[in-house]
Amino acid sequence: MSSFLIERKRQIFRSGADQHEMLCSRPSVAGSVSQRACVFCGSRVVLYPIADALHLIHGPIGCAAYTWDIRGALSSGPEIHRLSFSTDLREKDIVFGGESKLYLSLVELIVRYQPKAAFVYSTCIVGVIGDDLEAVCKRVSKEKGLSVIPVQAPGFQGTKKDGYKVACEALATLVGTGDREVPEISINILGDFNIAGELWLLLDYYKRMGIYVNATITGDGRVDDVRSAHKASLNVVQCSGSMMYLAKIMKEEYGVPFMKVSYFGLEDMSDALYEVAKFFKSAALMSKAKEIVREEFGRLMPVLKEYREKLEGKKAAVYVGGSFKAISLIKALRLIGVQTVVVGSQTGTTEDYELIQNLCDEGTIIVDDSNPIELSAFVKETGADIFIGGVKERPIAYKLGLGFCDHNHERKEALAGYEGMINFAKEIYATAMSPVWQFTR
Amino acid sequence: MTGAIKNTGTWASTRNACKLCAPLGASIVFKGIKGCVPMIHGSQGCATYIRRYMISHYKEPVDIASSNFSEETTIFGGRANFSTGVDNLVAQYQPEVIGIASACLSETIGEDIHGFIREYRAANRNKPLPEFVHASTPSYQGSHMDGFHHAVTATVSALARKGKTGGHINIFPGFISPEDIRHLKDILSDFGIPYVLFPDYSDTLDNPHWKEYQLIPEGGTSVGELKLTGSAKVSIELGYVFQQGRYKDSLKGNQKFQTAAEWLRQAYDIPFYKGGLPIGLKETDRFFKVLEDISGKPTPERHLRERGRLIDAYVDGHKYHFGKRAVVFGEEDLVIGIVSFLEEIGIETVLVASGGASGKLKAAIDTVTGGKRKHMLVMNEMDFEGINEITDELKPDIFIGNSKGYYISRRMGKPLVRVGFPIHDRFGGQRVQHIGYKGTQQLFDRITNALIEYKQEHSSVGYKYI
Repeated sequence: MSSFLIERKRQIFRSGADQHEMLCSRPSVAGSVSQRACVFCGSRVVLYPIADALHLIHGPIGCAAYTWDIRGALSSGPEIHRLSFSTDLREKDIVFGGESKLYLSLVELIVRYQPKAAFVYSTCIVGVIGDDLEAVCKRVSKEKGLSVIPVQAPGFQGTKKDGYKVACEALATLVGTGDREVPEISINILGDFNIAGELWLLLDYYKRMGIYVNATITGDGRVDDVRSAHKASLNVVQCSGSMMYLAKIMKEEYGVPFMKVSYFGLEDMSDALYEVAKFFKSAALMSKAKEIVREEFGRLMPVLKEYREKLEGKKAAVYVGGSFKAISLIKALRLIGVQTVVVGSQTGTTEDYELIQNLCDEGTIIVDDSNPIELSAFVKETGADIFIGGVKERPIAYKLGLGFCDHNHERKEALAGYEGMINFAKEIYATAMSPVWQFTR
Repeated sequence: MTGAIKNTGTWASTRNACKLCAPLGASIVFKGIKGCVPMIHGSQGCATYIRRYMISHYKEPVDIASSNFSEETTIFGGRANFSTGVDNLVAQYQPEVIGIASACLSETIGEDIHGFIREYRAANRNKPLPEFVHASTPSYQGSHMDGFHHAVTATVSALARKGKTGGHINIFPGFISPEDIRHLKDILSDFGIPYVLFPDYSDTLDNPHWKEYQLIPEGGTSVGELKLTGSAKVSIELGYVFQQGRYKDSLKGNQKFQTAAEWLRQAYDIPFYKGGLPIGLKETDRFFKVLEDISGKPTPERHLRERGRLIDAYVDGHKYHFGKRAVVFGEEDLVIGIVSFLEEIGIETVLVASGGASGKLKAAIDTVTGGKRKHMLVMNEMDFEGINEITDELKPDIFIGNSKGYYISRRMGKPLVRVGFPIHDRFGGQRVQHIGYKGTQQLFDRITNALIEYKQEHSSVGYKYI
């Protein structure tokens, strides 16, 4: 299509036709309608589920308003994270500096909400006007006796992915400051954000295996858990794009090994349990893992078979935040008879895209940092029936007459774990089989 | 409690803002221009956040481009990104208009966007170019409503052309729903008044289902129509506040902002009528009187009957309303209209709150209520935590406002009737009606039913008729 941008040519790959290496991790092209957000967004979404911390955004009102409780990250206890705090900078602050407003805001909010720690996010203009975020954080930390952690995330300083790194650096300042004793067979769960209570499903599986889960970072997260995270024997990392950096820091500084897993789809979910059992070299854990898998498969397969019979031959387009999740989705869709014909992500890596190329059928379109024009054209070209993405992709799918499944962080249905696979199949089935399409096609 | 409290306590921070940022308002206005793609000159996040926020309310594709500042852009300036951005927008969308909103970042580093536009035009002299409209909308100055009104004035002042005075009028209705805009157009057509309505996002943000994907959704006020705003016989502008107060903590606070109608009067000598949003009988009567004056015709029968039915409904339902206590929140001009309407049916507004900072809200509320409610709290610069902390004391029966106040109504166990923007937790935000006799009727039914439903659900017997 002529309206594609030439600069983006190497970020698009047609399986079976193209040879080039996928270009990724580059800034979005000016004037394209990227589906990505910014560095600030990356840091904000990763840290936000820590429920007993104060999250204060130092900047003008927009950055705080648009990130107020936008994700369904659930907490089993405190819910300070669901409030949106901003220094709401005005022109006067831009000219004369916003440090005093930041100081006053921090102090009043700590007094009012009694958090266990505070994260203070900088935004685009804070870097430019030269506020010394770190100095203010230090001062308040000393006066109020709690950790006040600067999160240096001006929106323009890279991509959303750089924001993940900033968040991990902020978390790393907390790790190692607690000394809780934990059992030998213990893990931390990194990179699950407890969307729609998904973390609680995973906790149940690990509990059934007899594994102690020390810290969950950051889903249903608590400051004290993060402080003692280094005491666990293993970091199990999902959504590797956002949390791998913290896992690497913890390996280097505390010698905690890590492994990459995914909890989406039966295959990957089961591997997550097996791999953890293997790590601890325990026959008992392995046999428990096998028992869980057997039990869940026994329960799920007959149901999934029914969905598969009805969905066989349907085609899906997948466009999500991270490429690692896309891989799991391709496999999960295959399990219910759905072929992936378009697959892409906002922040994918070369390695993941390579894996995707190997995994996909010929003719599949693979795309990095796409936009509405490309997505709508690809969907049409490949004849996809269903779109799997986030809120920004939903109206594109609907306007094109495609079914849609929200697999982003605003979703209200748990899609991870075994239970999640059933929900996923149910949702794909409902959207594909709805009678409304008779009026649109 | 006194009548004119500005804020609860003295908070340095804003806690759960009851406002959004200026580029969002400008983007909505640019979506109301035919063939327009908005572009935000700043970081990628601004455009994406605003898109997500609008998509969740309107449930339509909302394409907003970004010039996508990087670290180098921030240090060396955004000239190159601006021109690449425009090149790429033109190549992808072939827009008739590019609406450019600045962001905090580009404003703070002092970008000369008007200069960039001039340069771009000069460098591309030989190509067919879109029109450019630029609104200065740093988030640190005012709210989304300031961005909205600035973009309306910026568009009109960029595109209006002087001409022989025609038979048409201009109508600048402010921030209303797509359904409201459609109703307003029906009213004007029923009066037989030719008009230019701006911004008209009644289609672009609420399109029918498409057979073919549209890169730029159809609909909107065309450039041709916008040119005609300079030769209208009169302008109508809806809204009392129009964010014309000072900006809090602004250094240019005394600079008075000109609305589109004011600009047209100054530039082209076009007179204007100004009134509130026509919500409730009295404000709608006032609006229809203006239309009668302009058209020289009486109100068409259809609308008289709608008016009659509305009064009939007021009577039928009055016992459900009298003495009930309401908390109303949202954009200043919207809440003024709502309070005016509630006064007509005997619902007492105990708190009216807005994140807007015009400082004019109290005076405007006094005007529409006749200053009768001595105990009504009227609060500019309010946030949701501020509202949350005083509601227990106010003992409201009902909340009326956008869906961000849901958590307070949930905690209080009292109904929330969703109006305005954003309505993220319900369907039909784009079709909620607020204005005219018909829109008031819709509001009336929804408010009445919310009160009845509450009573019914809390009744020990669960009656089936009323």
